[in-house]
Amino acid sequence: MPVEIKLPQLGESIHEGTIARWLKKPGDRVEKYEPLVEITTDKVNVEMPSPYAGILLQLLVPEGETRLVGSAIALIETEAAEAAAGRPAAAQPAYTPARGPAGSDESPVAAPARPPAPAAAVSAAREAGPRLSPLVQRLAREHSIPLAVLETLPGTGAGGRVTKEDVLKYVASRAAGAPAPAPAAAPAPAAPATAPAAAPPAGDELVKLTPIRRAIAQRMAQSKREIPHAYGVIEVDMSAVAAWREANKEAWRRDGVSLTYTAFFVQAAAEALRAFPIVNSHWTDEGVVLRKAVNIGVGIAIDDGLIVPVIHNADQLSLAGIARALDDLTRRARASRLSLQDVEGGTFTLTNPGVFGSIWSMPIVVPGQAAILATDAIVKRAVVRDDAIAIRPIMHLGLSFDHRIFDGAVAMPFLNHMKTWFEGYRGGR
Amino acid sequence: MAEMRLIDAVRQAMYEEMQRDERVLVLGEDVGLKGGVFGATDGFYAEFGEARVLDTPLAESLIVGVAVGMAANGLVPIAEIQFSDFIHPAFNQIVSEAARMRYRSNGAFGCPITIRAPYGGGVEVHGGLYHSQSIEAFYAHVPGLKVVTPYTPYDAKGLLKAAIRDPDPVLFLEHKRLYRSARGEVPDDDYLVPIGPAVVRRQGTTLSVFAYGQMLHETLQAGSQVAEEGIDAEVVDLRTLRPLDTETILASVRKTSKAMIVYEDNRFMGFGAEVAALIAEEAFDALDGPIVRVAGPEVPAVPYSDPLAAAFMPTAAKIADAMRRLAAY
Repeated sequence: MPVEIKLPQLGESIHEGTIARWLKKPGDRVEKYEPLVEITTDKVNVEMPSPYAGILLQLLVPEGETRLVGSAIALIETEAAEAAAGRPAAAQPAYTPARGPAGSDESPVAAPARPPAPAAAVSAAREAGPRLSPLVQRLAREHSIPLAVLETLPGTGAGGRVTKEDVLKYVASRAAGAPAPAPAAAPAPAAPATAPAAAPPAGDELVKLTPIRRAIAQRMAQSKREIPHAYGVIEVDMSAVAAWREANKEAWRRDGVSLTYTAFFVQAAAEALRAFPIVNSHWTDEGVVLRKAVNIGVGIAIDDGLIVPVIHNADQLSLAGIARALDDLTRRARASRLSLQDVEGGTFTLTNPGVFGSIWSMPIVVPGQAAILATDAIVKRAVVRDDAIAIRPIMHLGLSFDHRIFDGAVAMPFLNHMKTWFEGYRGGR
Repeated sequence: MAEMRLIDAVRQAMYEEMQRDERVLVLGEDVGLKGGVFGATDGFYAEFGEARVLDTPLAESLIVGVAVGMAANGLVPIAEIQFSDFIHPAFNQIVSEAARMRYRSNGAFGCPITIRAPYGGGVEVHGGLYHSQSIEAFYAHVPGLKVVTPYTPYDAKGLLKAAIRDPDPVLFLEHKRLYRSARGEVPDDDYLVPIGPAVVRRQGTTLSVFAYGQMLHETLQAGSQVAEEGIDAEVVDLRTLRPLDTETILASVRKTSKAMIVYEDNRFMGFGAEVAALIAEEAFDALDGPIVRVAGPEVPAVPYSDPLAAAFMPTAAKIADAMRRLAAY
């Protein structure tokens, strides 16, 4: 009997997946657990094994299209009755707006002009094309919800219509996900709602959003909508760190550890977070949740955008341990081989736009966290030391923070704690 | 502060204005010796005398026409139309003369008249075809005219005083059923309710209902009925039909995303059509459902027979049904 294969739940907070590539075609025989399709999500790429053995009948979703978790993506003819029936729900009655004869005392003036659907023919009113109200369409634009997703939302309105509440519920559930792959990039463009899907003018090109681009856009826009950002920046003299790193990096390399500045940043941040627990927290309407673990996400640029793997329990790692973890995560991020665990659970984020030469950055706080640290380029500058002009490697260290949670009176001491750590660095930790 | 009926508030407003300003006077059928068929000018004849309380012939064109002439000569007349059903002979005086005065004189002259007209059906004493009609749509169409209809006694006094002091013509529509059913606290002192602003009578989130006059009473009752079912209707008292408070209307629709207009007049080209058009034009992308009108049926007048009259009127039950359908849309 033919059975639907559904898009599986691929991880906590993952709500949709894009069919990257079908590995089988209709007519093919498929063994149970045999790779069937490659799916990309906003976090990771996975190969989905077939849940059943049988003959593949039909591919319901073409490559490149996105579906909600739980949507049917293929039909397979199974040999045994092992497959549980996953039949689509019975058709819902179509909603036909009450339209009295001209002159009846009530009638919706703006009822959509749809021919009344004969009950039997309405396998779902939605199949004839979704009936999306102006408001629903606007909300979809504002929250960057693709039409394909909108059409698959479970509608609670008359005849299965997707209502305002359905969209807002979807947005809320999407936003409630773990603070995951949210990029931490500095001036990350929080892509404003684009114009409706109009064809671009001649000569212009529409670049379709990849799942990761869409995730970045959504999380950045969410953060800027919900979190009142405030910023603080201080100057740090990196002489001590630079000297120690210069003296030791060769020896470390021989031990197989790449000693990057980022490792120092993570260690200094972890110590400062222990000293200022309020910075390692997140906002809820009931109160501020202080996070026990110090899990520091580090933004890493990849081809298509940015991903933020997390160094878990960074406060319990040595400098070497942090450097090793960074090396491993970076390598796997660039090879698209991060697991879900690698990108989940961050409590604080570090972004390092300095590698691109930025000297002044104001990053966007990752939703679900209280602050994000920006480390800018280390530049030799003329500074005054003991009333004389000296040349020192100077770095701007900036903190963007959720001003609901704490104030500049916390942010600046936090940054100065790190500054003291850097400027007094003697190594050995 | 005293609790009083709407008719008492109307009477008090005129009484106080006539005491305050000797240019203010009333004219109309039976307003003098009889004190008005609804008693709005009860005692005025004895108090202010025949020069300021004028019984007129049964000729509405004359009542308004004389008022326009009085205003042009520095008086501040309040013209009473006994029943709004009979206002039409004065249409030309209202539309072509009173409403146009300001425009025609390039702003130099106003026409500070107030035309009071009891309107509406659903009154126990069978109004039938000639004592029940709603006429607001004809006049709200006319630039230069203000059209006001109060729901509470407080508003009746404050709005009528504002109308009398307005430098331009105001059509003041009083729903007959509210005269003796609407009761409320009315301050004894001199206060105005500005012409223009609408007021939200019930805060809600599910849908917005716009109504005025007696229909507001039905709508608020309907709102209480459906509230138990989880439908949280916002009810807006328009109060002034022209100039219309578009800001309050649009803000409410943007909040709830659904709109309904309730009026007693027959639906086709009634006042609700203008509100619906406004919402469609200005708040299109806030709409999550059709704009719905609940109104009287397509017949020439409120009928005389009890069952037919009952079938004509939009009632709380009919409005509640429409609310349920719109909420479920």
